[in-house]
Amino acid sequence: MMYEIRDLRLSFPDLAHKPLLGAAPRVEVLKGISFDLPKGTVLGIVGGSGSGKSTLGRAMLRLLKPDAGSIRFDGTDITHMDEDALRGMRRRFQMIFQDPMSSLNPRRRVGGLIAGPMRLHRMDNVDARVKEALDMVGLPQSFAARYPHELSGGQRQRVGIARAIALRPDFILADEIVSGLDVSSQAQVLNFLGELVRDLGLTLAFISHDLSVIRRLCTRVLVLHQGEIVEEADTAQLFDAPRADYTRELLSAIPLPDPHQRWV
Amino acid sequence: MSAYLSIRNLTVRLKNGPVILRSVSLEVAAGQVHGLVGESGAGKSMIGKTLLGTLPRAMEITAGEIWLDGTELLSQSPADRRRRIGATAALIPQDPLTALNPSKRIGPQITRRLVDILGWTAADADARARELLDEVQIPQISRVMRSYPHELSGGMRQRILIASAFAAEPKLIIADEPTTALDVTVQKQILRLIRNMQHRHGTALLFVTHDLGVVSKICDTLSVLYAGKVVEEARMQRFFMRPIHPYSQALLAATPSYLDPEGSLMPVPANVIDAVEEEVRFHDIRAGTR
Repeated sequence: MMYEIRDLRLSFPDLAHKPLLGAAPRVEVLKGISFDLPKGTVLGIVGGSGSGKSTLGRAMLRLLKPDAGSIRFDGTDITHMDEDALRGMRRRFQMIFQDPMSSLNPRRRVGGLIAGPMRLHRMDNVDARVKEALDMVGLPQSFAARYPHELSGGQRQRVGIARAIALRPDFILADEIVSGLDVSSQAQVLNFLGELVRDLGLTLAFISHDLSVIRRLCTRVLVLHQGEIVEEADTAQLFDAPRADYTRELLSAIPLPDPHQRWV
Repeated sequence: MSAYLSIRNLTVRLKNGPVILRSVSLEVAAGQVHGLVGESGAGKSMIGKTLLGTLPRAMEITAGEIWLDGTELLSQSPADRRRRIGATAALIPQDPLTALNPSKRIGPQITRRLVDILGWTAADADARARELLDEVQIPQISRVMRSYPHELSGGMRQRILIASAFAAEPKLIIADEPTTALDVTVQKQILRLIRNMQHRHGTALLFVTHDLGVVSKICDTLSVLYAGKVVEEARMQRFFMRPIHPYSQALLAATPSYLDPEGSLMPVPANVIDAVEEEVRFHDIRAGTR
């Protein structure tokens, strides 16, 4: 198992309702999440805004510390691991961010951006690995000398992906990575991400609000609603025979590019 | 049906720079929804901005006419044009959080325009605001009118902006990606609401979006834009049955559908892009804008 997650709970202070003196009340974002993620799975995590899908992702990478429950990564309990111990693990679970423009340092060149995390983890042959990573995401070598603003949105997102896979992680979390892209670059990124995951034998968790995208890419799907898993199923089953009311509501709300589907 | 809004050969460029809109023509009939579709950078938002007179200063209109209800706007003085547009047109913006003033309560943000610009009495404006908030199905109207924007959800905020857009009974509404920031279930409610309101009030609606799925749910007619040029204009049904321009076909093929998981997702092919670029260049040479 890549991940074994049991009864995961997480809350944030609700500063909008904080009294002048004293602690702010807590808002429960994850209300007891349990699931297993076998190696090699491409898991889709779907839900509306505020459903807790990004919070769940961040807790899996221990960017957030849970209140209760446990997270085991490849057999190791990382729920309460301290930063020093985590640092050695972090190479193995990586993240691709939603907005590459704000996650890539605008003052560094693409080559440096990809090399940075590898140097941090004291990997060898960094230059060769940068070239290899650019190759894998289908960008020409010459792009190593460019700055992020010189790239298109789709190309920037490829750099984000190159940066994550260059570390040779076991697990990648992709948080809404195509929602900011035009449909044509979205199609490109989805197609090659699918290939990459297969070729490298990666385990991927793909957070998205877009079920059409999830169906393309994922083998298994978690549907989150208000901090709880309302349905967990294989992709084909979820789309053919959704069990939860909320899943059905989500499916019927997708505007298909087809004038015969009328709901307005 | 006569067009309520008619844009003819509108050309906009950056001062001393590239052309942004290339001789764009389109028409929106009263009571109809016209979609404006394109990828980012196609210039779809710029058409709305030109109409409302909110083009960035660095841009200038070099040619074209905008006819609104039988009057040509670009030949009028800026002050006359603004007055006319302010009285007849309204905008539903993309991001409700940046469009609302975070330091002011909701009520005054809806009524201010009615009082200050259209000269309504405060009591009339207040009554109208309540009527509209009721129409967009907002519960506890008095409480919402006293709330600040951050106290409301994204869907509620977008409802308020829809109410606000319809407040002065505009004849034309420009909706610029009004549901992009919302999740699908809320998007469905909001699209329904916009369509119902538009229908009931008989408003002409120019609907800017990049999402062909959304277009197929709300529009009667549409224009596809690439690099500031209209490459195809069509009635909605016909467009989805038989898109004519290769770029339109490619755009449809690149749109994922969950009903067709095995169907290959085709990125817009390079040869289509080259061909459209060529078309755009040819247009520029002919129009002498290069």
